[in-house]
Amino acid sequence: MHNKPLSKIADDLVTKRVSSVELTQYYLDRVAQHQHLNAFITVDPEFSLAQAREADRRIQQGDVATLTGVPIAHKDIFCTKGMLTTCGSRILSNFVSPYDATVIDRLNQNGAVILGKTNMDEFAMGSSNETSYYGAVKNPWDHATVPGGSSGGSAAAVAARIAPAATGTDTGGSIRQPAAFCGITGFKPSYGQVSRYGMIAFASSLDQGGPITRSAADAALLLNVIAGFDARDSTSVQQPTPDFAAGLDGDIQGLRIGLPAQFFGEGLDNSVERVVRAALGEYEKLGATLIDIDLPNSALCVPCYYVLAPSEASSNLARYDGVRYGHRASDYGDLIDMYMKTRAEGFGGEVRRRIMIGTYALSAGYYDAYYLKAQQLRRLIAQDFEQAFEKCDVIMGPTTPTTAFAIGAKSDDPIAMYLNDIYTISVNLAGLPGISIPAGWDDAGKPVGLQIIGQYFDDAHVLNVAHRLQTATDWHQRAPVGAE
Amino acid sequence: MNWEPVIGLEVHVQLLTRSKIFSGASTAFGADANTQACAVDIALPGVLPVMNEQAARMAVKFGLAVDAKINRRSVFARKNYFYPDLPKGYQISQYELPIVGEGHLTIDTDDGEKTIGITRAHLEEDAGKSLHEDFHGTTGIDLNRAGTPLIEIVSEPDMRSAQEAVAYLKKLHTLVRYLEICDGNMQEGSFRCDANVSVRPLGQRKLGTRAELKNINSFRFIERAIEYEIERQIDILEDGGTVVQETRLYDPDKGETRPMRTKEEAHDYRYFPDPDLPPLELDEPFIEEVRRTLPELPDAKQQRFVAEYALSHEDATQLTASRDLADYFEAAAGATKGDAKNVANWIVGELSAYLNKENKEINESPVNAKQLALLIDRIHDNTISGKIAKEVFEAMWNGEGNADEIIADKGLKQITDSDAIEAIIDEVLARSAAQIEQYKSGQTKVFGYFVGQVMKATQGKANPQQVNEILKRKLDV
Amino acid sequence: MALDHHTVKNIARLARLQIDESNIDRYVSELSRILDFVEQMNQVDTAGVAPLAHPQGGRLRLREDVVTETDQREAFQKVAPEKEAGLYLVPKVIE
Repeated sequence: MHNKPLSKIADDLVTKRVSSVELTQYYLDRVAQHQHLNAFITVDPEFSLAQAREADRRIQQGDVATLTGVPIAHKDIFCTKGMLTTCGSRILSNFVSPYDATVIDRLNQNGAVILGKTNMDEFAMGSSNETSYYGAVKNPWDHATVPGGSSGGSAAAVAARIAPAATGTDTGGSIRQPAAFCGITGFKPSYGQVSRYGMIAFASSLDQGGPITRSAADAALLLNVIAGFDARDSTSVQQPTPDFAAGLDGDIQGLRIGLPAQFFGEGLDNSVERVVRAALGEYEKLGATLIDIDLPNSALCVPCYYVLAPSEASSNLARYDGVRYGHRASDYGDLIDMYMKTRAEGFGGEVRRRIMIGTYALSAGYYDAYYLKAQQLRRLIAQDFEQAFEKCDVIMGPTTPTTAFAIGAKSDDPIAMYLNDIYTISVNLAGLPGISIPAGWDDAGKPVGLQIIGQYFDDAHVLNVAHRLQTATDWHQRAPVGAE
Repeated sequence: MNWEPVIGLEVHVQLLTRSKIFSGASTAFGADANTQACAVDIALPGVLPVMNEQAARMAVKFGLAVDAKINRRSVFARKNYFYPDLPKGYQISQYELPIVGEGHLTIDTDDGEKTIGITRAHLEEDAGKSLHEDFHGTTGIDLNRAGTPLIEIVSEPDMRSAQEAVAYLKKLHTLVRYLEICDGNMQEGSFRCDANVSVRPLGQRKLGTRAELKNINSFRFIERAIEYEIERQIDILEDGGTVVQETRLYDPDKGETRPMRTKEEAHDYRYFPDPDLPPLELDEPFIEEVRRTLPELPDAKQQRFVAEYALSHEDATQLTASRDLADYFEAAAGATKGDAKNVANWIVGELSAYLNKENKEINESPVNAKQLALLIDRIHDNTISGKIAKEVFEAMWNGEGNADEIIADKGLKQITDSDAIEAIIDEVLARSAAQIEQYKSGQTKVFGYFVGQVMKATQGKANPQQVNEILKRKLDV
Repeated sequence: MALDHHTVKNIARLARLQIDESNIDRYVSELSRILDFVEQMNQVDTAGVAPLAHPQGGRLRLREDVVTETDQREAFQKVAPEKEAGLYLVPKVIE
C-alpha cells in the first residue's frame, strides 16, 4: 500500500478498494510505529479521521477531486485551523491557528486529509532539523544522521513511507536538501507559484512552498492542488496554472543540460560527484546533451543569502512579542522586559543568531554595506542564470556537496552548516523552480540527490525532465530498511 | 536679539476608504475593541498584506490637488520598531520613494499670500490604540485602528509663526475634505498633526535645533503648543542654553509641552523595502482617471465666487471653507431672484450664527438652500423687511414652515400701500407736536422717533423705505 | 567586521532579545565570524548594479476597496496571553 504512487492511491479510493478512514488509520498506525524518527510535532487522529469520514462521504456521493481522501503530512509552518501550528518554535508552542493557510485550504477543498504536522528547523532556519524546539529528526536511512532541513520531518516521513506525500517550504534549499538526504523527490516551485498566505514567513522574498514526495509524478499531482494564483498573496503570480501532470511524459530528446562549473568544484564530495555524473549519463542515454556553463557569482550566493534572509527574518519575527498570541515569559517587570524575556525564552539559539545578524545588517550605517550590497549581488546571480539559459534548457548538478551527516556534526559551526545549501540557495535568490530527485547512493550507502533547475515558471518542464529519469531508473522506488 | 521661529508640519490624514489599506477589515470608527481587527491587522503568523486601490487613488488625488509630482513608481518599506499597538513589529510605510513628491499650498497671512512647500506625501498604515485607563496597572490594546490608511503630508520648514502654521493646517484641512479623502474629524484622530519647531536669530540661515511636538488634536491647541514651544526655546537660548532635539507632548490642561518618556532611546528604524509588496506602479490612465474626479478646489472656487457673484474676498473665503457650505451658497444664490451678495450675508451672518450656536454642520441645517432663497425673495419683492425676515428665519429654523407660510400665519406681510402708510404717519405726526418742533429747530436725531412710532403702530410691517420717504417729504416742507 | 560588546548589546536591545552578560563573548565571536563570512560579497564589484528586492520583479496588484472580513475577536483572542474586555493587556506603557 505505502509504496503505491499517489495516483494509484487516489484511484483505489475512488474505486472504493479502500476507504479514506482505512487508509488514514493505516498511515496513523505507521506514524505511531515510527515515532522514534520524531518526524511529527502534532498528530491528531480524531481530527484526521473526521476528515477521512468526510472524504468517504464525498466519494460515496461521487464528489471526487484529485486527492480526495488521501492523507497528506504538512510541515508545521503551514497554519492549520483548530490544530497546533508551532513552526518548530517554543514561541508558538501553544499556538492553535484560528485560520487555514491557502495551501491547506486548497487541499481541504479537494478533500485531502491532514495526517499531521511535521517537525522542522525552528522557523525553517536550519539544514539539519536540529534547531527544532521539538528535538532532532532522524534520517530513516541511518538514524545517526540528520534528515536535512528545514523540512526534515516531511522528508523523513515520506522516505519512511509513513506519509504518502507531504508539503514543505524552501527558502534556501529546505525542500531539496532534505529530499536529497532522504532519497526522495522535493520540488521548489517558481517564486509566486504557490501561495505564501498562511505559510509562516522566514524570508518573504525567498520562501516558497512545494511538494515532498516519492516521485516527480506525485509532486505534479500535489502541485496541481496547491499551486495557483491567490488574491491574498501580493507576490502570487496571476496567470493560468498549467496541469503539471499533463506533460510529464514529454520527450526530452535533444534536451540541453547545463552543468555549471561552480557546482562541480572544490567542496564537492567525490562519491557524490561520481553518483551525479552517472545519473547525468542516464540523461544522455535519453537523448539529452550536456553543456558546460558558468554561473560566476553563484559561489557568493551563501554570503548574499546570509544577509538577505536574516534581514527579512529579523523583521518577520518581530510580531512574536507575547502580546496577542504565543509564548509570554511568566516573570517580567515593565513592557520592554516582557518583550526581551519573552523573545529570549521563545526563540532558540540559531533563530536568535539570525535575528541579531539581520538587525545589524539593516541598522543605520550598515545598510548599504550589507543589505544593499547583497541585493545588488542578488541581481548579478539572477542575471547569471538568465545568461546560462541562453545556452541550455535546464541546469543540473548535485543538490548538496555531501550526503547526510551525523547528528551533532555541524550544530556548533553555523558556517559549515550554511555551506550545505551552496548549490540550492542561488535558485531561491533568482526565484527559479528546482527539484531534487534520487540519483543513487554514495559509498556509505546514503542517498544522493540530483538537482534540476528550470527557467522561471517553467515548472512543468522541470517535472517532466525529472519524471523521464524516474521512468528510466528505479532509484526513487527504493525505501530505507524498515520502511519497505 | 530678534528670533525667527521656523516651523514645519507633518500631518497624518486618515483616508476615507471602506476597508483598511492592506486588509479587508472595516475602517468604521467606534466599534467594540478589536472587533474590526482581522487576521492581517493583528499580524497572525503567516498573513500577508494586499494593497487597497482606493487608498492609492486618494493619495494621487491629494497629490494632484497640491500640484505635486506623482511618482509613477513608489515603494513600500518596513519601519521596524517594537510597540504594543504595532502588531507586526513594523509599520508598512513609504520611505525612499513616496507616492507623492514635491508640491505646494498657498495660505493667507497678514502680509498677503504665502506659498508653503510640500516635501512629500506618503502612504502608510495607522497603528492601533493603547488605552491607558487602568486595567490593574496594565495598558489595554485595541487594534481596530491598526491598518487604517493614512497619508503623511510633510511640509517644508516654511512657516514663521504659529498663526502661519494654523493657516496652513486649516487650508490642508479644507482641502482634504473638498477632495473627500478624509472626514477631517480631529477629535476622532482622522486628521492629526506633528509640528517641528525651532528658532534662530533673525537673518541667520542655518536652522536651529528642533523639537517635535506630537499628536496635537485641535487648531487651538496647535497654535498654543507652537507658541509655548517658541517661547520656551527663546528663553533657553537667551539664557545661554541649548535646545535639545527631542519629541515633546503638549499638555492642553497645563498649556505647556513636556518631553515624551517612551521615545527616550535613539531610534533605528531599519527601513527596507517590504518583500511582501512589489513596487506600486501607476500608469497614465490611472492618474488621468483620478484627475477627472478632482472637484473645483477651494482657491479656484473662492476666486470664481468673487468674480461671478461680486462677493468680497472675505465672504468668498468663508463660503468656500467647506464644499458643503459653498454648494449651499450656490444653490441658494441660484434659486433666489435676489442679490447673491444678500445670500452671502445671510449665510455668513444669521445662518452661521444659528449653526454655531447649535454646533451643527451646514448639511444638518433645518433651513435648506431653497428655503433660504425663498426668504430672500420675499425681502427682494418687498413682502417683508430685512428685520422681519430675521423673525421669519427664526420660525423657519424652528420648523414652523416655509417663509410664505410663516409670513401669512403671523401676518407679517409688509405694508407697501403708500396711502395706508401716509395715513398712519399723519396720525403719528398729529400727536407729536413737541417732537416736530424739535426737528424743525435742527434736532434731526428725532427723525428716528417718528420712524419708531410708525413701526410700532404697524408692528414693524411698514416698508421702511417708504416710511422714510413720506416722513421726509412731510417734515421737510 | 569584528563586533564589540557594546554593539552586540545594542543589537540585542533593538531586536528585543535579552542576553546574559556571560553570553556576550560568545555572541561577539559568533556574529563576528558570520559577518566576516558574508563580507566575501565584497569580492564582487557591484557599483551601479540596481538592487533586486523581488525575484523576477512584478508590480503591485491592487485590491478593490470592499470590506470582506467579519468580527473574529473571540476566535483570535482564544490564544491571547492576557486579555480583558476585548483588549490585549500589556505592562503599563508610559508616554
